[in-house]
Amino acid sequence: MRPVAISVDAPEVSRDLSRKAGYTYTFLSDPKAEVIRQYDLLHPGAGVNGQDIARPAEFLLDSSGVIRWMNLTEDLRVRAKPEQIIEAAKSLR
Amino acid sequence: MNERRRNWLPWAGFAICIIAIPSYFLLFARFPVTRDVPWVNFLLLAIGLALAGIGVKRAFGQSHIYRGKIAGPILGSLSLVLAGMFCFMVFYQTRQLPKSTGAPRVGQKAPEFVLADTNNNPVSLSSLLSTPLEQAHTPPKGVVLIFYRGYW
Repeated sequence: MRPVAISVDAPEVSRDLSRKAGYTYTFLSDPKAEVIRQYDLLHPGAGVNGQDIARPAEFLLDSSGVIRWMNLTEDLRVRAKPEQIIEAAKSLR
Repeated sequence: MNERRRNWLPWAGFAICIIAIPSYFLLFARFPVTRDVPWVNFLLLAIGLALAGIGVKRAFGQSHIYRGKIAGPILGSLSLVLAGMFCFMVFYQTRQLPKSTGAPRVGQKAPEFVLADTNNNPVSLSSLLSTPLEQAHTPPKGVVLIFYRGYW
């Protein structure tokens, strides 16, 4: 399983974050929120200084890129739990 | 006995209410069990409000024993304001997310994209699906895309 984190943060910001926190998985930078828009996950003006940012969302893709499970939260405090994703990933071969 | 006793309950109640709010962001929001329903913080606020309430009650009801007719109501009101702010955040503010009707759904293929990684190298979704994980020779069983708000 490959976790990939996507946000509007610049590559340098994500690099500092993952270094400090010891994250080893992939961080991708979408500063203009193009992919975030493509996935219809834009939260307009919600960032610092009114920046357009992503609303939290998690997608589990199988090896062919088809979405097998997803979580679109209605409350930005409430995100998918790691156990939920691991449980959903058990169905992947 | 003219010296009335110090009424510490409104102060204690207010202090607990003050602790209740930042402790959510600094500590309890880190763990799903105390994050999704912030019950620890609700409990702290309830204890704080109860102490402040008892303090105010005895400042007026037993004013021959306890002080705090001025500080009590002020601290009690401030505690109520703090509790109200927290409830406003939990029950309203964080739920103001735009509808996402166009997001790809289960069963659909995730749209292809190319984004820069932390070394500024372009990475495509198809490469994430096909490149083996470190210390492995086969592609991953799947990919978890996690969209997050950013560290700012």
